[in-house]
Amino acid sequence: MKISYREAMREALREALARDPRVFLMGEDVGKYGGSYAVSKGFLDEFGPERVRDAPLSELAFVGAGIGAALGGMRPIVEVMTVNFSLLALDPIVNTAALYRHMSGGQFHVPLIIRMATGAGRQLAAQHSHSLENWYAHVPGLTVVAPATIDDARGVVAAALALEDPVVIFEHALLYNTEGELTDAWRACDLRTARLMREGRDLTLVAWGGTLGKALAAADELAAAGIEADVIDLRVLRPLDDATVMASIRRTHRAVIVDEGWRSGSLAAELMARILEQALYDLDAPVARVCSEEVPIPYAKHLEDAALPQPAKIVAAARRVLGKAT
Amino acid sequence: MNETAPPPMVPRELALALLTDMVRIRRFEERCADLYGQLKIRGFLHLYIGEEAVAVGAVRALAPDDAIVATYREHGHALARGVSAERIMAEMYGKREGLSRGRGGSMHLFDAATRFYGGNAIVGGGLPLAVGLALADRMQGRARATAVFFGEGAVAEGAFHESMNLAALWRLPVAFFCENNFYAMGTALVRSESQTDLCVKAAAFGVPTSRVDGMDVLAVHHAAREALDHVRRGAGPYFVEFQTYRYRAHSMFDPDLYRDKAEIEAWKKRGPIHKLTHRMKAEGSLDEDDFLALDAAAIAEVERAVAFAEAGSWEPVEDLARDLCAEPAR
Repeated sequence: MKISYREAMREALREALARDPRVFLMGEDVGKYGGSYAVSKGFLDEFGPERVRDAPLSELAFVGAGIGAALGGMRPIVEVMTVNFSLLALDPIVNTAALYRHMSGGQFHVPLIIRMATGAGRQLAAQHSHSLENWYAHVPGLTVVAPATIDDARGVVAAALALEDPVVIFEHALLYNTEGELTDAWRACDLRTARLMREGRDLTLVAWGGTLGKALAAADELAAAGIEADVIDLRVLRPLDDATVMASIRRTHRAVIVDEGWRSGSLAAELMARILEQALYDLDAPVARVCSEEVPIPYAKHLEDAALPQPAKIVAAARRVLGKAT
Repeated sequence: MNETAPPPMVPRELALALLTDMVRIRRFEERCADLYGQLKIRGFLHLYIGEEAVAVGAVRALAPDDAIVATYREHGHALARGVSAERIMAEMYGKREGLSRGRGGSMHLFDAATRFYGGNAIVGGGLPLAVGLALADRMQGRARATAVFFGEGAVAEGAFHESMNLAALWRLPVAFFCENNFYAMGTALVRSESQTDLCVKAAAFGVPTSRVDGMDVLAVHHAAREALDHVRRGAGPYFVEFQTYRYRAHSMFDPDLYRDKAEIEAWKKRGPIHKLTHRMKAEGSLDEDDFLALDAAAIAEVERAVAFAEAGSWEPVEDLARDLCAEPAR
């Protein structure tokens, strides 16, 4: 069955609401408006205003209230419009949700899901386009995921609910309209492992969220030139699945990491460090990375395109680590 | 705003219970200060001495299944709630037998059994949490209340305004108990707020308010009951300002250079323990022997807590990463 990422996510949320009376949605414009990315369209009529709860523009308070409701026995799914706005709720996420299980000696835990859109590509300029996934992935006590496929969009909510701890879900805004086959694999979605999306022998491309499609496109182009790439969908940004990444590198001996975040202090940097720690002697070339340019994401289309990882940049980086002329 | 007055005659049993809890807290914290000097307790230690009437009067108005969200100055609230003094003291020692297995210390006391949700050291951090706890109760059809304690310093935080709005908008059963001790660490209320009438701020959200002498435990108890009755009726949140004073510095690191000695002495003359003792003696419901007996019991409880903490063990370092997630993170 061919469906969109948005529909897959909507179905995942609908199933969660239908199955468990403790689940409710809360956030800006999730109800009457239908969700700022139309993910929860129709839910207000289907589940009513108690369970599809429009919140005022108070990110700190409604994310904090989600934490309290989780402590009180509910299973809230809180939507924050974009990662840029989520900074207004960093305090409850980092100082409360992530800490409570540990700081209370295991007495309390916070089964809370926080969803937010991330990423650039729609000419929304600097305050709506950033990728700050690494900020959250830095924090012990959080699970951070970036579903990139239709199957993962369909499976991520149930998998997150099963964890009983705070999970931050990043949905790249460009993915909502993408379409693909929904396969039975969605039922196996877990929040601990990366997945090999394409198998090659010459190098490993690691990507996630909005960059996975670009990495796969780059792999197609490389294949046309006789270069076969492993493509790994990292999926889970915390905890990182080192084993899947290292197993691939031990076969291919070369790697390029693709990260829409800025390079300095990036998740790509963390992955490179782990590769050095665990697989240095398996490498035939330095690891390369393709990240966003270190500028606020600009509005004009040509500038925005230039600031972001693109298939051509990934291809060029791959050729460099293979020692081939670009 | 209602100016709340205490009822004329005080039932002896209630008054005695309130007095006992205030003395327990006072003795416990005096010992904490002493143990801090002995380096047994480390980190930040924020004493509640002088403010006991607020926690004691308000917590006694709660039902056993109501929730409490408190601040980093919360030993008094935990003790008044009936949390084990032994496990509180062990936590302050950093021992495995502590409430949080030594992960929290003085500022982060938690107790699931009494629905004591901390122990929050982010000023204002507990407010949205309380709104969510109340929301969970409402959505699950439970007639419980949530009491959140916070200082007047928290009123400057966005979290206060956002949480008041949300609780009022959704008519949630939250009692907002503001402990106004007039100083946010070293900054006086008049030096930090354009509007120093805290009830006016709460009223802006359509929330009913009262202002109470926080040195008078009976007045506190009475006001807290009224607030909780309102909240439990499903009439939405209620805001109470308890005017109080901490006798000691903000923390053990604070040289207390920002307050006038005469001001501190003037407040000490209104001390909550003295005030209730005086009144009970005047009404003939307490004599000196009664007081000495409850004081001795409080001291004995504290000494048992110290012995328990001393005898405690250290969490093995191999367990450093426990209780991080439901399963270990890589």
